[in-house]
Amino acid sequence: MVAEYLSVLVFIFVGIGIVLFTFFLSKLIRPHNPYPKKNANYECAEEPIGDSWFRFNNRFYIFALIFVIFDVEAVFLFPWAVAFGELGLYALIEMIIFILILFFGLFYAWRKGALKWV
Amino acid sequence: MIAIGITVALTELLGSFGLSGGLLSVITYTILAAGTFGLLSVLALFLVWWERKVAGHMQQRFGPMRNGWHGWYQTLMDGLKLLQKEDILVATRDKVVFFWAPVMCCIAAFAAYIVIPFGDGLIVADLNIGVLYIMAITTFTVIALLMAGWGSNNKYALLGGMRSAAQVVSYEVPMVASILVVVLYAGSLSTVDIVNSQSGNFLNWNIFRLPFGPIAFITFLIAAVAEANRTPFDLAEAEQELVAGFNIEYSGMKFAMFFLAEFINLFTVSAITVILFLGGWHGFAFIPTFVWFFMKTFAIVFLLIMVRWTYPRMRVDQLMEFAWKVLVPITFLNIIVAAIFKHFGWYWEL
Repeated sequence: MVAEYLSVLVFIFVGIGIVLFTFFLSKLIRPHNPYPKKNANYECAEEPIGDSWFRFNNRFYIFALIFVIFDVEAVFLFPWAVAFGELGLYALIEMIIFILILFFGLFYAWRKGALKWV
Repeated sequence: MIAIGITVALTELLGSFGLSGGLLSVITYTILAAGTFGLLSVLALFLVWWERKVAGHMQQRFGPMRNGWHGWYQTLMDGLKLLQKEDILVATRDKVVFFWAPVMCCIAAFAAYIVIPFGDGLIVADLNIGVLYIMAITTFTVIALLMAGWGSNNKYALLGGMRSAAQVVSYEVPMVASILVVVLYAGSLSTVDIVNSQSGNFLNWNIFRLPFGPIAFITFLIAAVAEANRTPFDLAEAEQELVAGFNIEYSGMKFAMFFLAEFINLFTVSAITVILFLGGWHGFAFIPTFVWFFMKTFAIVFLLIMVRWTYPRMRVDQLMEFAWKVLVPITFLNIIVAAIFKHFGWYWEL
């Protein structure tokens, strides 16, 4: 079984190899003629103003936080789903309660306005 | 019914040349990886052409017509053109991040094919965490898009990258929840086990498990379209507002890699849909299993192409609120319903 996971590593390295090879191939035949105006940032043909590396809206951060909560919960649900056949009624009720608690959390975030994209 | 796996066959063939141990596995997987990459490149070329043809005919045009019969090698020519294009490098870019973003995007799309069974036994490695692995590896696309957005040092690109990250993580939750319904019935995460749990009559396909099967199928498909960054969810590269989004500063082969990854992702989500809900390679009659798999997958691809050219793009706030306020509650209620039906045995096994 462990040997099968070797395939993941091999696929990643072969993929990187092939992509880098095409980059190399393209380097051999493409023209190379840079000048400062060409290498400027694209801003609809205006002179670019300032850097783009500034602070961004923290909406993105809030959604990422909610996502982490739900994703961790998915990690709990996967083993439950796989073993559901053997676990019986107890696991069913447990998980329904678990999902309802999560729903409570979701509605809390909803009421607090965390799910609103401004 | 169990055909000999392609990996096993190749290992035995190479083993007859006197190879053994770890080296044998590495060489086997290298050959399979190269083969998969070749297959996917050809598929992507075909899908680009097909999408353009369908889009053309839906809008009462012809689409590409010049290169060969109905422009069949148009995409190949586009690829060759991109190979010769100058690589314009923005002076203010983050060099490392800018360079590796397209590579990572491609790998994330391509590495999922380890666990996708193209037919009976046509699978590279039947990992026991199959579906979870697909979810994990395809989500790396987000990091690639963020890297592209950040590395370009361009405002449109950064906005596109951020939006796409927010979108993909939002749709990840309903997607996982839809998959859970299938896992519940298969009792395994392995893609081969999931497909085999739908064998026999076509009424055993997960989509026909009433009443939750069709719901899971539809929510999964919606989330999958969002994950693949396609219209109506292509906020990351909304042409009219962000010009091209995250790939705005990319040109030549680097742009081609993003493009390739996008179409590989289109095929991936369709293939996963077929594996999870439409019985994978199972069909009837004497037709080989991989033909069934490709027929079903191309049907889903065709559906996604039709969706792309039919619906307008959603607004970004609608998009996020749809994921959290509609899809997440529906999918989690669906899990509860599915678990109750499974527990009391209210389903058929034909």
